[in-house]
Amino acid sequence: MTNLATAFRAAPPTAWFGLVVTTLIFFVALLAPVIAPYGQTQIVGPEFAPWSNSHLLGTDNLGRDMATRMIYGARNTVGVALATTLLAFLLGGSAGLLAGTVRGWADQLLGRFVDIIMAIPSLIFALLLLAIFGTSIASLILIIAGLESTRFFRLARALALGISALDYVEAARLRGEGLGWLIYREILPNAAAPLIAEFGLRLCFAFLFIATLSFLGLGIQPPTADWGSMVRDNAVLITYGDITPLLPAAAIALLTVAVNFIVDWLLQRSSGLKD
Amino acid sequence: MAKPDATAALLSIRHLTIEGRSDSGLVEIVRDIDLDLARGEVLGLIGESGAGKSTLGLAAMGFTRDGCRVTGGSIVFDGKNLTAANEDHRRRLLGSRIAYVAQSAAAAFNPAHRLIDQSVEAAVQHGICARLEAVQQAIALYRRMQLPHPEEIGFRYPHQVSGGQLQRAMSAMAMVAKPDLIIFDEPTTALDVTTQIEVLAAIRHAVKAIGTAAIYISHDLALVAQMADRIMVLRNGRLVEEADTRTMIASPREAYTKSLWAVRSFRATLKAAVPAGETPLLRVKDVTAAYGAVPVLHEVSLDVHKGRTVAVVGESGSGKSTLARTITGLLPPNTGSISIAGRKLPASFRDRAKDDLRRVQMIVQMPDTALNPRQRVRDAVGRPLEFYLGLKGDAKERRLRQLFSEIELDPDRYADRYPGELSGGQKQRVCIARALAAEPELIICDEITSALDQLVAEEILKLLDRLQRERELSYLFITHDLATVRAIADDLVVMKDGRVVEAGSRETMFSPPHHPYTDLLLSSVPEMDPDWLDRTINRRRRAAILTGAAGTAADGAGR
Repeated sequence: MTNLATAFRAAPPTAWFGLVVTTLIFFVALLAPVIAPYGQTQIVGPEFAPWSNSHLLGTDNLGRDMATRMIYGARNTVGVALATTLLAFLLGGSAGLLAGTVRGWADQLLGRFVDIIMAIPSLIFALLLLAIFGTSIASLILIIAGLESTRFFRLARALALGISALDYVEAARLRGEGLGWLIYREILPNAAAPLIAEFGLRLCFAFLFIATLSFLGLGIQPPTADWGSMVRDNAVLITYGDITPLLPAAAIALLTVAVNFIVDWLLQRSSGLKD
Repeated sequence: MAKPDATAALLSIRHLTIEGRSDSGLVEIVRDIDLDLARGEVLGLIGESGAGKSTLGLAAMGFTRDGCRVTGGSIVFDGKNLTAANEDHRRRLLGSRIAYVAQSAAAAFNPAHRLIDQSVEAAVQHGICARLEAVQQAIALYRRMQLPHPEEIGFRYPHQVSGGQLQRAMSAMAMVAKPDLIIFDEPTTALDVTTQIEVLAAIRHAVKAIGTAAIYISHDLALVAQMADRIMVLRNGRLVEEADTRTMIASPREAYTKSLWAVRSFRATLKAAVPAGETPLLRVKDVTAAYGAVPVLHEVSLDVHKGRTVAVVGESGSGKSTLARTITGLLPPNTGSISIAGRKLPASFRDRAKDDLRRVQMIVQMPDTALNPRQRVRDAVGRPLEFYLGLKGDAKERRLRQLFSEIELDPDRYADRYPGELSGGQKQRVCIARALAAEPELIICDEITSALDQLVAEEILKLLDRLQRERELSYLFITHDLATVRAIADDLVVMKDGRVVEAGSRETMFSPPHHPYTDLLLSSVPEMDPDWLDRTINRRRRAAILTGAAGTAADGAGR
């Protein structure tokens, strides 16, 4: 605990910024129904109403409150991204650690499979799969997680390969330890820092990926509020000099930058440990 | 070159203090050191790791590592104060008038360029001579450093020559610009003894010939005694003692210096060996093993009896570590067998019973990588107790404390630490405790003291010796250090190129007649005598002339 406290105290301002922003967005997402003044699909006024006291950020193309949809968007977009990345992390990470530890044919099999998936541009592949399986939230999460897990696999495998060549893993092997002990006790704790950093990075990518899909109309489906589709729906306002459609885009950018700052800090800390 | 000025010292360091950043804040790495070096003089710096000798060596070039800075004193090189000099001036000095030879030549050479290009770079860059002239000079130096094919070797890439040759090439590179001062930082530490003697002789010969001054940094007294005119002993950044080499060797004054000397003499305190029993504890019979298609071991056989220590000696590449991997089952042999107490073991460790795995434990060279950095020491040592003996709770805790006191570490202070919070010697003790926890019969020690300072290594050896007497343990001790062997081994196996060259008890092995290779190994161990190098080299030359086989020694070394 004290370690954590000193680590936080020594964190650079950028990391602090990242932590504050992500925590803020996290709580907004969590408490969306409480904070939001209206319902996310509720039509509350005329279309494209300007900013006012009753509608802080005006209304969108159907007359829904923008501020409300921004708040719910945090919940939907970030929620889906988090679920996706978590799933990808578990899937790719465990497969990668396994492949890197046992090597041999299991490694070959998994490795070549991942190569095949990675050879196909992921956006096009995702569009294809979504067109086949439909655009429900569940299939969205599964498909993106499946594609993202290949990156986790690559990293986890490389880490496991490197660590399992070290003497302490060899000592554990010679002791007669099982695969579970080797992976979870010897290798995983030493691979955790870069894996967590990668988790942060991939979260950003998942996030952008979902926003992209939503923008293209194959992501989170209307009327669910989502930052990506909010940009698309209101894009026409930009021609009138109204910056409202840029706000969801700015939210995406802000969260991406914030998460990256945290990741940078984590990476720096983990590399500092080795010195 | 600057005109020699006989009146002033070439290098004069006064009250030098260097601070470095560490986990616990700023630490003084070098404290109030005075150092004078005359032209053409060779000064030896001796100390354990952390003594500040490398930092001082670098400071002589006006350079400090990242995170370190000079906080007091002056460094005057040939009348110029380097602490006050700007970067530009310093750069002009480095490479042209001051050169540096690092411990690891393999890491110091750029693998993408040929040796000759790197050798002449400094001289050409500094405008000391034209490239063609520099190349001639470099080739002359290669010849002086006794590199094979001096005309051609420079046109090879670093990976195409051996470690010893690379180290010599690096020394030659330092000399091309005819500097006034060369700093040698442990230039032979990474080399085998037989190679080391060649490199030492070559360096000394060349340093004398070009008349440069040198600072020779090493932890090995016997080596420095061969090279230096004068020796400074450092400890914790402070000067302990300074004297002429011969005075220092003959009569060291300070207690610390004497303790460094004593390390060498402990080696003579022989223990009474347990007589060999009927069936050996470990029998390796006609083992042949290979990494893929590369054969490493050829019909190796050896026995380890209960309570005895068998030392396996050989240079790097002789297959001694591979032998350890074969015995533990990490590398299953192609042919031959490994038996414990008369019972044949499966070739791969995967097929061995848990109890068989328990009986043979291994301790490796690098304690840093042998312990999981994310596991508390308590868990590292506790795991075998739980895994093999099924101890839990109080019983485990009691045994754990007992083990910690056996390896002479206070359980209250150390058990809850992470490996990163221990020193190298303490880590190696924990590795020993982890091996002991399994209650083994045989411990394979693979170069376990070579990463440690002499005094620490000595303590580890004493600990192992005591444990052996208390528990009737057997050791298979793999090492390249013959001084260690002399101290602890009951039996000796000499390996070369994956074959056993000679084997026998210590008494027979250390007294003549020797197998020629054993003789080469034995005579290559530096002795605490400033004349040892000359004597040995001369004797080998005579022997080579007598047998007509010019370069028997060189063949053994220049592999």
